[in-house]
Amino acid sequence: MPNISRDEVAHLAKLARLAVTDEELDTFAGQLDQILDAVAKVGEVAGGDIPPTSHAVPLTNVFRDDVVRQGLSQQQALAGAPAAEEGRFRVPRILGEEQ
Amino acid sequence: MTDPTDLTKLSAAELAAKIHAREVTSAEVTRAHLDRIAAVDDHVHAFLHVDREGALAAAEAVDADLAAGRAPASPLAGVPLALKDVFTTKGIPTTCGSRTLEDWVPPYDATVTRRLREAGVVILGKTNMDEFAMGSSTENSAFGPTHNPWDHARIPGGSGGGSSASLAAFEAPLAIGTDTGGSIRQPGAVTGTVGVKPTYGGVSRYGLVAFSSSLDQGGPCARTVLDAALLHEVIGGHDPMDSTSIDAPVPPVVEAAREGARGDLSGMRIGVVSEFRGEGYQPGVLRSFEAAVDQLRALGAEVVEVSCPHFTYALPAYYLIAPSEASSNLARFDAMRYGLRVSDDGTHSAEEVMSLTREAGFGPEVKRRIMLGTYALSSGYYDAYYGSAQQVRTLIIRDFDAAFEQVDVLVSPTTPTTAFKIGERVDDPLAMYLADLCTIPSDLAGNAALSVPCGLSDEDGLPVGLQVMAPALADDRLYKVAAAYEGARDATAGSLVHQVPELNGAAR
Repeated sequence: MPNISRDEVAHLAKLARLAVTDEELDTFAGQLDQILDAVAKVGEVAGGDIPPTSHAVPLTNVFRDDVVRQGLSQQQALAGAPAAEEGRFRVPRILGEEQ
Repeated sequence: MTDPTDLTKLSAAELAAKIHAREVTSAEVTRAHLDRIAAVDDHVHAFLHVDREGALAAAEAVDADLAAGRAPASPLAGVPLALKDVFTTKGIPTTCGSRTLEDWVPPYDATVTRRLREAGVVILGKTNMDEFAMGSSTENSAFGPTHNPWDHARIPGGSGGGSSASLAAFEAPLAIGTDTGGSIRQPGAVTGTVGVKPTYGGVSRYGLVAFSSSLDQGGPCARTVLDAALLHEVIGGHDPMDSTSIDAPVPPVVEAAREGARGDLSGMRIGVVSEFRGEGYQPGVLRSFEAAVDQLRALGAEVVEVSCPHFTYALPAYYLIAPSEASSNLARFDAMRYGLRVSDDGTHSAEEVMSLTREAGFGPEVKRRIMLGTYALSSGYYDAYYGSAQQVRTLIIRDFDAAFEQVDVLVSPTTPTTAFKIGERVDDPLAMYLADLCTIPSDLAGNAALSVPCGLSDEDGLPVGLQVMAPALADDRLYKVAAAYEGARDATAGSLVHQVPELNGAAR
C-alpha cells in the first residue's frame, strides 16, 4: 500500500513548480495516498510479456518541405505576454544572487 | 410537442433546411439563440464568453451568400454552435476554465474552429468546462460551475458540462466538446443529449489545448443523432498540422444516421458488456439500459453478452496515464510568454515566479493531477505505475479486439448514476472519478463511442445515456445503431430533451 508522506508531496510540488500552501500539503498528502492506493491495482494484471501501449494509433514523424512561411508577427507573439519590453518578452531574473 | 415558431427548439438539420430555403435568415436564428442565452444563462452558466457581434457577422455573411444565389458552404451553414473553451479561437478569449489563461486571446484558430468557420457554422461563444478538461462535473471551472438544466442543484457532467448544458437549455442547437476520459459522452448522458467521441485521430487536435495528448479527442454534441453526424462530417478528416491525425476518409456517418433512422437493425450483432452492469450502478440507470437493450432487440439486432475482463482496470490505468501526460503538457504554463504571472516584483527569480504563478493560477484538481503524474513518472515508480498502466492499455485493446470479432458494436450504460448534486463529490476524488467508469476504455483504446439518451431514471426523473462503442474508424456503426434506437424511443416516448423543465429556478 502506498504511503506518501507530507514531505514527499512537498518534494513533488517542488518538482512540478507548484508553491503549495501548508494546508494544501495536508490535503494532497491524504488524497494522493488514497488515489495511489486505488490505482496500484494496475499491477495485478500487468506482466512482463505484455507490450505497453503509449498511443492507440501508430505514430510516424510528419515531415514537410522546409520552406519559409508567414509566422506570428512580433506584435502577435507579444500580445499575450505577461510583460514585454522593447519588443521582447520581459522575464524575471533567471540567475540567483550567488551567480 | 416542439413549437415550430420557436427557433431555439428546432434541430440543427431543421434550422439548416429553413435557412437554406430562405424561410428564415441565419441572423434571425442566431439572434434567437443569443436572446435565449441572455434570458437563461444566469441560471445555467453554460457560457464563459458570448461573441454576439462575431456571431451576428458570421450569420449575416451566410445570409448574404444565400441571397446572392451561392450554394451553402456546408449542410450546417448558418446554424449556431457553442464551442468548448479548450479550442483556440483567434480574437476570442480561450481560458480552458482556468485563471491561468483568464485574459488570453489566441493569435490563431484551432483546425476545428477554422473548419467550423469555413463551413459557415456560427460560433455563438465559448462554453464552461472543468479546468483544462480535468473533471467529471464542471465544478472545477475557475469561473464557477455550470448547472444541469434538468435540476439546477445538480452537475451537468464534465468536463464539457457547458457544451452539453447549452444544448439542454436550448441556448445552442449544436456544440463541440472534447473527450479524454468521457468528457463528451458523460455530460451528454446526464443532460439528455447526444455526445460522440470519434475515433482517436479522426478530428484534428491542432489548437486543442492539450490535457492528455494520447487520449484527447474533439467531437460533436447535439440534441439528435443526425445533427451530431452532420457536425462530425464538418469537423472530421485528416489535418497535416496534427501528427496524430489519421489520414483516412471520414466514415459515412450522415448516411449511417439516415439509414439507422429507417429503424431496421437486422443483421447487426450487439454485445452487452457484462462488466458494466454490476454493483455500484444506480438501479434506475440499469432499468433504463435494459429497456434500451430490449428496444435494440425489437429493431432486429441480435444481442449477446460479451465479457471484457480488463475493463475493470481501465479507471486506474487512466488515472495514471492522463495525469502523467498532463504533468508534462501543463509545464507550458510557466508565466513567461503568455498567461498569468504573479509576484513579478523584482524580488523573485523566474523559478519562484513560475511556482507562485502556478500555485495561484491552477485549481485543486489540476494541482492534484500534476502531482500524481509527477509521482507516476518519477524514477523508482515509473515501472510500477505508468509502465503497468500502459500494459493495461494493451490488455484493454485486446479485450476490444476479441469482442469486435464477435459483435459489430458494444453497448453499456454511459454512466453508473444519473447527475449527482453539486458539491456532493468535490472532496472525494475517487468517488468523482467513478463517473467516467464506463467511458474510459474507449479512450484508452482509441475506439469510437457515442452516448444517446435512453430515458429517465424512474427514481429521480433524470436522464440516462446508452453508450454505443465501435472499432476505430467504424464510427458510422455508432450512428446507425443510435439513430435507429433514437427513432424508436422518440416514437413511443417523445424527444427526451424536449421534456427538460422550464428554466425558472433560482439564479446561480
